[in-house]
Amino acid sequence: MTKNIKCNSCDNLATVHLTQIINNQIHKIDLCEECAKVKGVSDPEGFSFSDMFAGSIDSDSSQGSEMTCVACGFTHADFRKNGRFGCAVCYDSFEPILAEILDGMHPSLHHRGKVPHLALDRVDNQTKIQFIERSLRNAVDAEDYEEAARFRDQLTALRAVDENRSSIQINP
Amino acid sequence: MTIASLIKRKSELLHGGAGPVPIVLSTRIRLARNLRNQPFPGWAKVAQKCEILSQSSETLREVPSLKTATFFNIEDLADTEKHILVERHLISRELSESSHSAGVLVGRNQSCSIMVNEEDHLRIQVLRNGFDLEKTWKTIDSLDSKMEERLDYAFAQQLGYLTACPTNLGTGMRASVMMHLPGLYISNQIEKVIRAVNQLGMVVRGLFGEGSDAIGSIFQISNQQTLGESEKEILARLRKVLTEIVHHECNARMVLIESDRLKLMDKIGRGYGVLRNSHLLNSKESMSLLSLMRFAVDLGMLPEENRSLVDQLFMESQPGHIQYNLTGESGSDERDFYRASLLRKAFTKLPELNFDILLEQDFTKLFPEGL
Repeated sequence: MTKNIKCNSCDNLATVHLTQIINNQIHKIDLCEECAKVKGVSDPEGFSFSDMFAGSIDSDSSQGSEMTCVACGFTHADFRKNGRFGCAVCYDSFEPILAEILDGMHPSLHHRGKVPHLALDRVDNQTKIQFIERSLRNAVDAEDYEEAARFRDQLTALRAVDENRSSIQINP
Repeated sequence: MTIASLIKRKSELLHGGAGPVPIVLSTRIRLARNLRNQPFPGWAKVAQKCEILSQSSETLREVPSLKTATFFNIEDLADTEKHILVERHLISRELSESSHSAGVLVGRNQSCSIMVNEEDHLRIQVLRNGFDLEKTWKTIDSLDSKMEERLDYAFAQQLGYLTACPTNLGTGMRASVMMHLPGLYISNQIEKVIRAVNQLGMVVRGLFGEGSDAIGSIFQISNQQTLGESEKEILARLRKVLTEIVHHECNARMVLIESDRLKLMDKIGRGYGVLRNSHLLNSKESMSLLSLMRFAVDLGMLPEENRSLVDQLFMESQPGHIQYNLTGESGSDERDFYRASLLRKAFTKLPELNFDILLEQDFTKLFPEGL
């Protein structure tokens, strides 16, 4: 076995070594027992390789190293440490390195699922219309006419809401 | 509702739907949701987490379908009680390990639970007996929409629902199906299935995650990716994979009967003997024996009406449930004795195994309908 390798998270001797091949590239993680435990390597349910890689990607990039979330103060180093973000705004704050982090994790980087219309209503009706217009175009491109019809109906409804905004009761 | 009444009450997992069926034990969908303007639980300060907990537990009470749900604050639960919630798949191990500012709302028939302050602010889960991705999705989708009327979710146009871990972005949905695969397990084909399933972007885990794999030949199959496909697309893909696995399992069962009939009869017969006569049984052994008994019901060696009893015993012989029934400190011998007594009592009431049926088995009966 490998000897005298330092833990990726602290300077202790690494005793847990993980290897995975993603897109023909070998990714290796070495951890000491303590850090392995903290990161959930000892609890298989709580541990996921992709989470770890999310944290280890771009570890040499100087671009990401000084980034800090404007809303919650979460740093790039924090992300490297636990592979999770601090708050929703982090996704904006870390936008420049997001593509790298998400690389290979999901089939694409564009959400095609459910949209929380009511919640968004309270935030921004217009943004939502733009989003659904795009979803509609995507659905048409994908020849998913059932979905497209659903989006078209949503758009009609939304535009009506937009026009009669004053008549809509929203629960704060 | 207390933990005690929760154990006594009928639950979706054991009594729901049209009753238990072969191969697919249960269907589960969970959605990860977060609130705007609040740091994720892993980064939030204790005071913020307390605020999230009290606010969301109050708001959730206003949702009509949650009116009869019970809220459990993690601080108020004893270790055994948390253990029971984990064994009933109502909370995760991660949540059971938090000591404060976290909780769970459990629906009346335990088919729905909402964890607060796990990895994300809210983890909504809907569980159903048997195989029914569509209905499960419909239920959780409408519950989520009702919650959305009252809660401002963190969402972005491109990335969808924003989650603490980027692996859950997009739909925030993990759909998983619990499968009983003794045929594939006994014939050593599980590894092959896991590899094939992984290549299709799905994950295979044991009953409570990888660490517990192979216990009772029970495996969870779920989607790995959450962003870039709609919920329906993900569910359709999962359904396809599951149907394949069911075919392979049925095939493996038929091959076993064809080529290893005597060994199979011996294995099930011995298992039955142990369950009827043993006086010390640990949970691992009891689960693999009960798994064999479920297989025996599938094969017609035990009457169909015993299937739910087997499932119930499977739940009740888990460590947390056994410990809960013993008062005070108890050692592993005491637990194993209690477990063996519970199973002995139940199995002495059952009819003798029908071995003849294996000699004249109509194999087509092994295929479950409706998949």
